[in-house]
Amino acid sequence: MSIAARTTAVGLGGEGAAGAPSVPHELSELEQKRIIVGYGFWIFLLSDIVMFSAFFATYTVLVNETAGGPSGRELFHLHIVALETAFLLLSSFACGVASIGARAHRDAMYYGAMAVTALFGAGFLFLEIREFVGMIAIGAGPQRSAFLSAFFTLVGCHGLHVTLGLMWLLTMMAQVFAKGYRPDILRRVLCFALFWHTLDIIWVAIFTVVYLMGVAV
Amino acid sequence: MSDTDAGLHLNDASDHAPGDELATGHEIAEGLLGYVVGLFLAALITAVAFFISGTSLVWGPSIPLALVVLAIAQMGVHLVFFIHITTGPDNTNNVLALAFGVLIVFLILVGSLWIMYNLNQNMTLMQMPTG
Repeated sequence: MSIAARTTAVGLGGEGAAGAPSVPHELSELEQKRIIVGYGFWIFLLSDIVMFSAFFATYTVLVNETAGGPSGRELFHLHIVALETAFLLLSSFACGVASIGARAHRDAMYYGAMAVTALFGAGFLFLEIREFVGMIAIGAGPQRSAFLSAFFTLVGCHGLHVTLGLMWLLTMMAQVFAKGYRPDILRRVLCFALFWHTLDIIWVAIFTVVYLMGVAV
Repeated sequence: MSDTDAGLHLNDASDHAPGDELATGHEIAEGLLGYVVGLFLAALITAVAFFISGTSLVWGPSIPLALVVLAIAQMGVHLVFFIHITTGPDNTNNVLALAFGVLIVFLILVGSLWIMYNLNQNMTLMQMPTG
């Protein structure tokens, strides 16, 4: 990247660009707006991660409080978790392809990759809901023990995020279809892509802390 | 260079939003390559993590630490290749925000575990005479 050579870091999402005469290239208003929107959404995502960290802390504190009920070792099926992980990772990859397609205004690339993103995301959600239903059916619902309350809160909150993300995904496909690759729509696509990638990062923490450690340790 | 009117020439910008990439003309292939590399690395680390969790080849007590290290590595891969957080000067603000987020996450996790571990120990001592 040639940008790395230009050492002028613009303060706080680019707002200082207008006043700094040393900036080699004056950012256009749209470029500035894209940077500020992306930065603001990045702050939101970090606050979301902080919220998840509280759920993680709760879970790790309560993980052994099974109240005589089943523990993670008896409840978790790692092959299902591996499949969920693969689905979410491929979904995140497809989302990246879609954001390239959106920026390059390539219809086939954007809609195709968004559809793949949605399918893998829905596949992940299907497996997770099936896991939850199966656990509740054998009496291992959130009321059973503090461990299971924390489990359903943490993993369910992530699942809720994926559900909302899927709705947002379909909205973004519809908005690009109806309004075209307008700068404001592209900003929303950028935010959606950041959101979707962040969900995958949180899933990495979940499959490590909840599932792998729950079974291995 | 089909979108000259949209003002999206990030090659000319001196600052980046997180997630920004260069995706005009021949740079599409370059952008795709970045995601492919990220996918490959993430899949590799995930596979190692799942393997380690079920193996007896590794000294047992070291497994949790190994899993944590692998998870942090994979999060780094996602941040760099998918969210495009870099150490470049155009990314200073994004990295600073991330550093602050990581600090808070660290405080919440380590603080909770530390305090609750001590509380559990005290509870055990107090329950001993009654139970």
